Amino acid sequence: MDASIETLDLTVNGEPGTFPMRLTVAGLIAALQLDIRKVAVELNREIVPRSTYAQVSLNSGDTLEIVHFIGGG
Amino acid sequence: MDAYVTAEDGWTVAGRNFDSRLIVGTGKYKDLPTTAAAIEASGAEIVTVAVRRVNLSDPKAPMLQDYVSPTRYTYLPNTAGCFTADDAVRTLRLAREAGGWNLVKLEVLGPPPTLYPDMPATLEAAAALIGDGFEVMVYCSDDPIAAKRLEEMGCVAIMPLGAPIGSGLGVQNPLMIQMIIANAKVPVLVDAGVGTAYDATFAMELGCDAVLVNSAIAMADDPVLMARAMKAGVEAGRLAFRAGRIPRLGAANPSSPTTGLIR
Repeated sequence: MDASIETLDLTVNGEPGTFPMRLTVAGLIAALQLDIRKVAVELNREIVPRSTYAQVSLNSGDTLEIVHFIGGG
Repeated sequence: MDAYVTAEDGWTVAGRNFDSRLIVGTGKYKDLPTTAAAIEASGAEIVTVAVRRVNLSDPKAPMLQDYVSPTRYTYLPNTAGCFTADDAVRTLRLAREAGGWNLVKLEVLGPPPTLYPDMPATLEAAAALIGDGFEVMVYCSDDPIAAKRLEEMGCVAIMPLGAPIGSGLGVQNPLMIQMIIANAKVPVLVDAGVGTAYDATFAMELGCDAVLVNSAIAMADDPVLMARAMKAGVEAGRLAFRAGRIPRLGAANPSSPTTGLIR
Protein backbone atom coordinates (compact mmCIF):
# COMPACT_ATOMS: atom_id res chain seq x y z
CA MET A 1 0.00 0.00 0.00
CA ASP A 2 1.24 3.49 -0.84
CA ALA A 3 2.54 4.94 2.40
CA SER A 4 1.58 8.43 1.26
CA ILE A 5 -2.09 7.54 1.38
CA GLU A 6 -3.44 7.91 4.86
CA THR A 7 -5.35 4.86 6.03
CA LEU A 8 -7.43 4.13 9.04
CA ASP A 9 -7.37 0.71 10.70
CA LEU A 10 -10.51 0.11 12.74
CA THR A 11 -12.19 -2.82 14.41
CA VAL A 12 -15.92 -2.57 13.82
CA ASN A 13 -18.20 -5.13 15.47
CA GLY A 14 -15.24 -7.40 16.02
CA GLU A 15 -14.03 -7.29 12.41
CA PRO A 16 -10.85 -5.48 11.39
CA GLY A 17 -11.14 -3.12 8.47
CA THR A 18 -9.02 -0.55 6.69
CA PHE A 19 -10.63 2.63 5.52
CA PRO A 20 -8.87 4.80 2.97
CA MET A 21 -9.44 8.20 4.51
CA ARG A 22 -9.88 10.15 7.68
CA LEU A 23 -13.34 9.59 9.03
CA THR A 24 -15.71 10.84 11.64
CA VAL A 25 -18.26 8.49 13.22
CA ALA A 26 -20.86 9.96 10.88
CA GLY A 27 -18.56 9.29 7.93
CA LEU A 28 -18.02 5.68 9.00
CA ILE A 29 -21.76 5.07 9.34
CA ALA A 30 -22.25 6.49 5.84
CA ALA A 31 -19.37 4.40 4.47
CA LEU A 32 -20.98 1.29 5.95
CA GLN A 33 -24.31 2.28 4.34
CA LEU A 34 -26.12 2.24 7.70
CA ASP A 35 -29.11 4.38 8.62
CA ILE A 36 -27.76 6.84 11.15
CA ARG A 37 -31.17 7.14 12.84
CA LYS A 38 -31.35 3.44 13.68
CA VAL A 39 -27.99 2.68 15.23
CA ALA A 40 -26.03 3.45 18.35
CA VAL A 41 -22.25 3.59 18.54
CA GLU A 42 -19.71 2.73 21.19
CA LEU A 43 -16.12 3.90 20.57
CA ASN A 44 -13.45 2.20 22.68
CA ARG A 45 -16.20 1.17 25.13
CA GLU A 46 -17.56 4.70 25.50
CA ILE A 47 -20.95 5.76 24.13
CA VAL A 48 -20.79 8.29 21.32
CA PRO A 49 -23.78 10.63 21.62
CA ARG A 50 -25.63 10.80 18.33
CA SER A 51 -25.41 14.59 18.32
CA THR A 52 -21.62 14.35 18.13
CA TYR A 53 -21.23 11.82 15.28
CA ALA A 54 -20.12 14.50 12.84
CA GLN A 55 -17.50 15.86 15.22
CA VAL A 56 -15.91 12.70 16.61
CA SER A 57 -12.88 11.73 14.51
CA LEU A 58 -11.65 8.17 14.38
CA ASN A 59 -8.05 7.10 14.82
CA SER A 60 -6.23 3.96 13.75
CA GLY A 61 -6.60 1.28 16.38
CA ASP A 62 -10.07 2.40 17.44
CA THR A 63 -12.58 -0.29 18.29
CA LEU A 64 -16.25 0.37 17.60
CA GLU A 65 -19.50 -1.38 18.32
CA ILE A 66 -22.44 -0.39 16.14
CA VAL A 67 -25.75 -1.83 17.32
CA HIS A 68 -29.46 -1.66 16.59
CA PHE A 69 -32.67 -3.08 17.97
CA ILE A 70 -33.74 -6.57 16.93
CA GLY A 71 -36.49 -8.89 18.05
CA GLY A 72 -36.11 -10.11 21.61
CA GLY A 73 -38.07 -11.27 24.59
CA MET B 1 -66.57 -3.25 26.57
CA ASP B 2 -68.62 -0.62 28.26
CA ALA B 3 -67.36 2.24 30.37
CA TYR B 4 -68.12 0.47 33.65
CA VAL B 5 -65.81 -2.38 32.77
CA THR B 6 -62.93 -0.34 31.41
CA ALA B 7 -63.10 2.58 33.83
CA GLU B 8 -59.78 3.44 35.42
CA ASP B 9 -58.21 0.09 34.68
CA GLY B 10 -54.90 1.27 33.34
CA TRP B 11 -51.63 0.74 35.14
CA THR B 12 -48.55 2.83 35.73
CA VAL B 13 -44.88 1.93 35.66
CA ALA B 14 -42.17 4.51 36.32
CA GLY B 15 -44.73 7.28 35.93
CA ARG B 16 -45.85 6.10 32.50
CA ASN B 17 -49.51 5.12 32.07
CA PHE B 18 -50.64 2.19 29.96
CA ASP B 19 -54.03 0.70 29.14
CA SER B 20 -52.86 -2.71 27.95
CA ARG B 21 -51.66 -5.11 30.62
CA LEU B 22 -49.99 -7.33 28.05
CA ILE B 23 -46.34 -6.72 27.19
CA VAL B 24 -45.09 -8.73 24.24
CA GLY B 25 -41.65 -9.77 23.13
CA THR B 26 -40.52 -9.37 19.54
CA GLY B 27 -38.20 -12.39 19.37
CA LYS B 28 -38.53 -15.79 17.68
CA TYR B 29 -40.98 -14.71 14.96
CA LYS B 30 -40.51 -16.21 11.51
CA ASP B 31 -40.35 -12.77 9.93
CA LEU B 32 -40.89 -9.09 10.61
CA PRO B 33 -44.34 -8.78 8.96
CA THR B 34 -45.66 -11.53 11.25
CA THR B 35 -44.06 -9.78 14.22
CA ALA B 36 -45.86 -6.57 13.33
CA ALA B 37 -49.23 -8.28 12.75
CA ALA B 38 -49.09 -10.22 16.01
CA ILE B 39 -48.13 -7.19 18.07
CA GLU B 40 -50.99 -5.27 16.51
CA ALA B 41 -53.40 -8.09 17.40
CA SER B 42 -52.09 -8.27 20.97
CA GLY B 43 -53.04 -4.70 21.70
CA ALA B 44 -49.74 -4.32 23.57
CA GLU B 45 -48.31 -0.86 24.08
CA ILE B 46 -44.90 -2.02 25.34
CA VAL B 47 -42.66 -4.39 23.38
CA THR B 48 -39.39 -5.89 24.50
CA VAL B 49 -36.45 -5.66 22.12
CA ALA B 50 -32.85 -6.84 22.11
CA VAL B 51 -29.72 -4.88 21.26
CA ARG B 52 -27.29 -6.50 18.84
CA ARG B 53 -24.50 -5.64 16.45
CA VAL B 54 -25.71 -4.53 13.04
CA ASN B 55 -24.90 -6.95 10.24
CA LEU B 56 -22.23 -5.06 8.34
CA SER B 57 -22.38 -7.48 5.41
CA ASP B 58 -26.07 -6.69 4.80
CA PRO B 59 -26.58 -3.07 5.89
CA LYS B 60 -29.82 -2.67 3.95
CA ALA B 61 -31.58 -5.64 5.59
CA PRO B 62 -34.97 -4.63 7.01
CA MET B 63 -34.86 -3.59 10.62
CA LEU B 64 -37.34 -4.15 13.43
CA GLN B 65 -38.03 -0.42 13.61
CA ASP B 66 -39.28 -0.50 10.01
CA TYR B 67 -42.10 -2.83 11.10
CA VAL B 68 -42.66 -2.04 14.78
CA SER B 69 -42.61 1.71 15.12
CA PRO B 70 -40.77 3.00 18.19
CA THR B 71 -43.01 6.05 18.10
CA ARG B 72 -46.15 3.91 18.34
CA TYR B 73 -44.87 1.33 20.83
CA THR B 74 -42.76 1.83 23.92
CA TYR B 75 -39.59 -0.12 23.28
CA LEU B 76 -38.36 -1.94 26.36
CA PRO B 77 -34.74 -2.87 25.60
CA ASN B 78 -33.52 -6.00 27.35
CA THR B 79 -30.16 -7.32 28.43
CA ALA B 80 -30.59 -10.78 26.95
CA GLY B 81 -27.22 -12.41 26.47
CA CYS B 82 -25.54 -10.34 29.17
CA PHE B 83 -23.95 -12.36 31.94
CA THR B 84 -22.29 -9.58 33.94
CA ALA B 85 -23.32 -6.19 35.32
CA ASP B 86 -20.76 -4.55 33.04
CA ASP B 87 -22.27 -6.16 29.92
CA ALA B 88 -25.77 -5.13 30.99
CA VAL B 89 -24.79 -1.52 31.59
CA ARG B 90 -22.92 -1.27 28.28
CA THR B 91 -25.83 -2.81 26.37
CA LEU B 92 -28.48 -0.57 27.87
CA ARG B 93 -26.36 2.57 27.49
CA LEU B 94 -26.27 1.75 23.79
CA ALA B 95 -30.02 1.15 23.82
CA ARG B 96 -30.58 4.49 25.48
CA GLU B 97 -28.52 6.19 22.80
CA ALA B 98 -30.33 4.30 20.04
CA GLY B 99 -33.76 5.16 21.32
CA GLY B 100 -33.49 7.59 24.15
CA TRP B 101 -35.32 5.40 26.66
CA ASN B 102 -34.50 5.02 30.32
CA LEU B 103 -37.08 2.30 30.88
CA VAL B 104 -35.35 -1.05 30.46
CA LYS B 105 -35.74 -4.74 31.17
CA LEU B 106 -32.87 -6.25 33.12
CA GLU B 107 -32.34 -9.97 32.78
CA VAL B 108 -29.18 -11.78 33.77
CA LEU B 109 -29.59 -15.48 33.17
CA GLY B 110 -27.77 -18.57 34.24
CA PRO B 111 -26.74 -21.21 31.70
CA PRO B 112 -29.03 -23.72 29.95
CA PRO B 113 -30.99 -25.83 30.59
CA THR B 114 -32.61 -23.66 33.27
CA LEU B 115 -31.81 -20.13 32.05
CA TYR B 116 -32.91 -19.32 35.58
CA PRO B 117 -32.33 -15.73 36.75
CA ASP B 118 -28.84 -15.35 38.21
CA MET B 119 -29.90 -13.33 41.22
CA PRO B 120 -26.49 -12.25 42.58
CA ALA B 121 -25.57 -10.94 39.12
CA THR B 122 -29.06 -9.45 38.69
CA LEU B 123 -28.79 -7.52 41.97
CA GLU B 124 -25.35 -6.23 41.03
CA ALA B 125 -26.50 -5.16 37.56
CA ALA B 126 -29.65 -3.53 38.95
CA ALA B 127 -27.54 -1.41 41.29
CA ALA B 128 -25.27 -0.36 38.44
CA LEU B 129 -28.15 0.51 36.12
CA ILE B 130 -30.11 2.44 38.73
CA GLY B 131 -26.91 4.34 39.54
CA ASP B 132 -26.64 5.19 35.86
CA GLY B 133 -30.14 6.67 35.74
CA PHE B 134 -32.08 3.77 34.29
CA GLU B 135 -35.60 2.79 35.31
CA VAL B 136 -35.28 -0.93 35.71
CA MET B 137 -38.00 -3.52 35.22
CA VAL B 138 -36.28 -6.63 36.48
CA TYR B 139 -36.70 -10.27 35.53
CA CYS B 140 -36.12 -12.29 38.66
CA SER B 141 -36.62 -15.54 40.46
CA ASP B 142 -39.84 -16.17 42.38
CA ASP B 143 -38.06 -15.30 45.61
CA PRO B 144 -40.04 -12.83 47.76
CA ILE B 145 -36.93 -11.72 49.63
CA ALA B 146 -34.93 -11.02 46.49
CA ALA B 147 -37.96 -9.33 44.92
CA LYS B 148 -38.32 -7.02 47.89
CA ARG B 149 -34.62 -6.21 47.83
CA LEU B 150 -34.85 -5.29 44.14
CA GLU B 151 -37.82 -3.03 44.89
CA GLU B 152 -35.99 -1.36 47.78
CA MET B 153 -33.01 -0.74 45.51
CA GLY B 154 -35.29 1.24 43.23
CA CYS B 155 -36.43 -1.18 40.53
CA VAL B 156 -39.66 0.11 38.99
CA ALA B 157 -41.24 -3.29 38.32
CA ILE B 158 -40.63 -6.81 39.60
CA MET B 159 -40.97 -9.56 36.98
CA PRO B 160 -40.68 -13.06 38.43
CA LEU B 161 -40.81 -16.07 36.17
CA GLY B 162 -43.90 -18.29 36.17
CA ALA B 163 -41.89 -21.15 34.64
CA PRO B 164 -38.60 -21.40 32.72
CA ILE B 165 -38.25 -19.15 29.68
CA GLY B 166 -39.92 -20.61 26.62
CA SER B 167 -41.18 -23.67 28.53
CA GLY B 168 -44.86 -22.84 28.10
CA LEU B 169 -45.62 -24.58 31.38
CA GLY B 170 -47.78 -21.81 32.81
CA VAL B 171 -47.55 -20.38 36.30
CA GLN B 172 -45.91 -23.16 38.34
CA ASN B 173 -45.53 -21.09 41.49
CA PRO B 174 -48.78 -19.27 42.24
CA LEU B 175 -48.13 -19.09 45.97
CA MET B 176 -44.76 -17.42 45.51
CA ILE B 177 -46.16 -15.03 42.89
CA GLN B 178 -48.95 -14.07 45.30
CA MET B 179 -46.45 -13.51 48.12
CA ILE B 180 -44.39 -11.23 45.89
CA ILE B 181 -47.52 -9.30 44.87
CA ALA B 182 -48.65 -8.95 48.47
CA ASN B 183 -45.27 -7.50 49.49
CA ALA B 184 -44.74 -5.17 46.51
CA LYS B 185 -45.53 -1.51 46.12
CA VAL B 186 -44.36 -1.49 42.50
CA PRO B 187 -45.98 -3.39 39.62
CA VAL B 188 -45.46 -7.15 39.54
CA LEU B 189 -45.51 -8.94 36.18
CA VAL B 190 -45.21 -12.60 35.37
CA ASP B 191 -42.43 -12.76 32.80
CA ALA B 192 -41.67 -16.14 31.26
CA GLY B 193 -43.54 -19.41 31.32
CA VAL B 194 -46.88 -18.49 29.76
CA GLY B 195 -47.86 -21.19 27.27
CA THR B 196 -51.38 -20.32 26.25
CA ALA B 197 -54.13 -17.82 26.96
CA TYR B 198 -55.38 -19.31 30.21
CA ASP B 199 -51.90 -19.10 31.71
CA ALA B 200 -52.04 -15.34 31.18
CA THR B 201 -55.55 -15.29 32.64
CA PHE B 202 -54.34 -17.22 35.67
CA ALA B 203 -51.43 -14.84 36.25
CA MET B 204 -53.77 -11.87 36.10
CA GLU B 205 -56.27 -13.55 38.44
CA LEU B 206 -53.44 -13.87 40.97
CA GLY B 207 -53.25 -10.09 40.95
CA CYS B 208 -50.35 -9.39 38.61
CA ASP B 209 -50.31 -5.89 37.17
CA ALA B 210 -49.40 -7.21 33.74
CA VAL B 211 -47.99 -10.22 31.92
CA LEU B 212 -45.05 -10.46 29.53
CA VAL B 213 -45.38 -12.99 26.71
CA ASN B 214 -43.09 -13.80 23.83
CA SER B 215 -42.62 -17.47 22.90
CA ALA B 216 -46.25 -18.47 23.42
CA ILE B 217 -47.29 -16.02 20.72
CA ALA B 218 -44.29 -16.12 18.41
CA MET B 219 -44.06 -19.92 18.29
CA ALA B 220 -47.80 -20.62 18.03
CA ASP B 221 -49.01 -22.11 14.76
CA ASP B 222 -50.84 -18.83 14.12
CA PRO B 223 -49.09 -16.06 16.06
CA VAL B 224 -51.68 -13.43 15.16
CA LEU B 225 -54.57 -15.51 16.53
CA MET B 226 -52.60 -16.39 19.65
CA ALA B 227 -51.76 -12.73 20.18
CA ARG B 228 -55.45 -11.92 20.10
CA ALA B 229 -56.13 -14.82 22.48
CA MET B 230 -53.53 -13.48 24.91
CA LYS B 231 -55.15 -10.05 24.79
CA ALA B 232 -58.49 -11.62 25.69
CA GLY B 233 -56.89 -13.84 28.32
CA VAL B 234 -55.17 -10.95 30.07
CA GLU B 235 -58.37 -8.90 30.02
CA ALA B 236 -60.41 -11.82 31.35
CA GLY B 237 -57.97 -12.43 34.17
CA ARG B 238 -57.82 -8.79 35.12
CA LEU B 239 -61.62 -8.47 35.17
CA ALA B 240 -61.97 -11.64 37.22
CA PHE B 241 -59.38 -10.35 39.69
CA ARG B 242 -61.25 -7.06 40.02
CA ALA B 243 -64.59 -8.84 40.29
CA GLY B 244 -63.40 -11.06 43.14
CA ARG B 245 -63.74 -14.79 42.73
CA ILE B 246 -66.01 -16.95 44.88
CA PRO B 247 -64.44 -18.98 47.68
CA ARG B 248 -63.40 -22.53 46.95
CA LEU B 249 -65.69 -24.97 48.80
CA GLY B 250 -65.15 -28.58 49.64
CA ALA B 251 -68.76 -29.44 48.84
CA ALA B 252 -71.50 -28.61 46.35
CA ASN B 253 -73.68 -25.56 46.81
CA PRO B 254 -76.80 -25.51 44.63
CA SER B 255 -77.30 -22.70 42.15
CA SER B 256 -81.11 -22.84 42.28
CA PRO B 257 -83.27 -22.13 45.35
CA THR B 258 -83.99 -25.18 47.45
CA THR B 259 -87.32 -23.74 48.62
CA GLY B 260 -90.64 -23.25 46.81
CA LEU B 261 -90.49 -26.60 45.10
CA ILE B 262 -93.77 -28.08 43.84
CA ARG B 263 -95.13 -30.97 45.83
